[in-house]
Amino acid sequence: MDTHADRPDRIRKVAADWRIPPNLRDYAVACSAFSWEAVSDRLASGRDVNIARLAIDRHVEGGAGARIAFRFLSATGECRDLSYADLARLTDRFAHVLASLGIAKGERLFVLCGRIPELYIAVLGGLKYGAVVSPLFSAFGPEPIATRIAIGAGRVLVTTDALYRRKVESVRAQLPTLEHVLLVGTDDESTTPPGTDDFSTLLAAAPEAPFVGSTAVDDMALLHFTSGTTGKPKGAVHVHGAVATHYATGQYALDLHPEDIFWCTADPGWVTGTSYGIIAPLLHGVTSVVDAAEFDAERWYAILEAQRVSVWYTAPTAIRMLMKAGPELARQHRYPALRFIASVGEPLNPEAVWWGQDVLGLPIHDNWWQTETGGIMIANFAGLDIKPGSMGLPLPGVEAAIVQRGEGDESLRVLDAAAAQGELALKAGWPSMFRGYLGEDERYHRCFRDGYYLTGDLARRDADGYYWFIGRADDVIKSAGHLIGPFEVESALMEHPAVAEAGVIGKPDPVVGETVKAFVSLRKGFEPSAALKLALLGHARKRLGAAVAPKEIAFLPALPRTRSGKIMRRLLKARELGLPEGDLSTLESGA
Amino acid sequence: MTEQALRELVMSILKSIAPEVEEGELVAGKALRDQVDLDSMDWLNFLVAIHERSAVDIPESDYARLATLDDIVTYLVRKTR
Repeated sequence: MDTHADRPDRIRKVAADWRIPPNLRDYAVACSAFSWEAVSDRLASGRDVNIARLAIDRHVEGGAGARIAFRFLSATGECRDLSYADLARLTDRFAHVLASLGIAKGERLFVLCGRIPELYIAVLGGLKYGAVVSPLFSAFGPEPIATRIAIGAGRVLVTTDALYRRKVESVRAQLPTLEHVLLVGTDDESTTPPGTDDFSTLLAAAPEAPFVGSTAVDDMALLHFTSGTTGKPKGAVHVHGAVATHYATGQYALDLHPEDIFWCTADPGWVTGTSYGIIAPLLHGVTSVVDAAEFDAERWYAILEAQRVSVWYTAPTAIRMLMKAGPELARQHRYPALRFIASVGEPLNPEAVWWGQDVLGLPIHDNWWQTETGGIMIANFAGLDIKPGSMGLPLPGVEAAIVQRGEGDESLRVLDAAAAQGELALKAGWPSMFRGYLGEDERYHRCFRDGYYLTGDLARRDADGYYWFIGRADDVIKSAGHLIGPFEVESALMEHPAVAEAGVIGKPDPVVGETVKAFVSLRKGFEPSAALKLALLGHARKRLGAAVAPKEIAFLPALPRTRSGKIMRRLLKARELGLPEGDLSTLESGA
Repeated sequence: MTEQALRELVMSILKSIAPEVEEGELVAGKALRDQVDLDSMDWLNFLVAIHERSAVDIPESDYARLATLDDIVTYLVRKTR
């Protein structure tokens, strides 16, 4: 299906394309006029820098309290609106709840919920209080949940009754710091499991009064976990001052205007769903649609139409699934309100950019960022030409470079030539830059050299300044836009008594980018069989959850290892793909 | 196929994708994805496998109606008659 071969390599924008003038039209002017200080000052204008206060209370004080902040759609079709005033009141109450539990500022609040109103109230109320909020993806299994709460020394967890019973109760004993568990959706107070409290009872008992507290620009606000190649997941720390990036990127990369109806399809368990599913749209005073249901092509088209979504931020995996469902389904609906579509998570292939143009009448604007960057760093903009397949141009206030790390020393070379390939780096210092990996200073400092943050992504920059993603510099797997650390998956597999060794790779997949594939060798006394494969799959899914567990398991007599004993994932991957095996000088003989 | 045979087919496909499922713990009238961890890819693979093994055509526009085990079995029974 090579329908884009004769398409131009650039989608030109002309004034007739815009229903309203884009926030950024002249890139050079916008960049030279930009300063982070000016954004921060304008946003805070004398107030405390607190993400929740600037996102919610600022609008209420400005007289816009009646505007709808969130429209929640439940899986069964109910719809519940929360205005900015509702949200201000409910988050004040939740902050009072945290005070009544004796939580200190800076202590960690974990949230593990589907996309229900209580999640948003807990996250924003926690931020308002000055707790450090860490939203977890509800598709994680007990082990990823326990690992993350342990690293974060979580003191409070807000979750649902069902998720608690399925995923937390069995690991609760491993989490001594976790003093308070607040459950949403308990059928009645008397059946609340031991060691938990009912969320709505506590919220109802909290004082109906504004919460008084203060935070500063460098106070920790959010803890987002991400995966590396080795070791445990890393807890990236973000501060309240990040709000300036959330605001500026909402303005430029998502082109938010006050009258917009915005739909970010990401789950707040991932950084996109927090920065852009919660914070950025509130900062701009727009209405966000939140759908509690899982992906369904027909449902999504119906939401775009019925909710009159004007700006839509979604992900390549979802777009490819919509493409698979066929254009007929899309054409059963009309999208007269839709004016801007953006995508993030992994590179969007040119076919998908064009598909938007052909089927929805709008091209899709890819952008790039990471958990560590806290906000969008490189983007195709509403007011500028799109180069399909590229990440776009750096945001105003963001300085990107292609670099090469010196071998064996701490040097860094910036590659200036057009089309040079290397590691993508960002000049350190933008407001939403992560301020640490919790408890791992050395790992944090290794990410920086010569004043640059090194992203671990390989890219090139073309003569027009557009960046193009090439791949990861390490073995981290990117599935449906989320990073999965092979080590975490291998460790869970190794816990099974039949497994001697495990090596995990990302296997290219046309829909989700990469799927997790595990290779295992068995201990003496175990023989490969279909039944054992299913048992291993079930074991891994139970521990890791569907989002992290392998989709495919293969048996090997032995795994290729380096002489120093490290499993050569690179070689497993090359063999899987039938690619050249590369430099094997360090391979242990016989593998 | 009888309703019972179709139900067994659906269960065996579910167990090939999510082997951790305890059959006795599933409530047939409750949304499957509320009870079993199935991400979007698992769910798609599940429905595609049902289509392949039952030879019942399941257009994408019907996916939204197939939330519970009972929904799926009823749907298959109707389409195989």
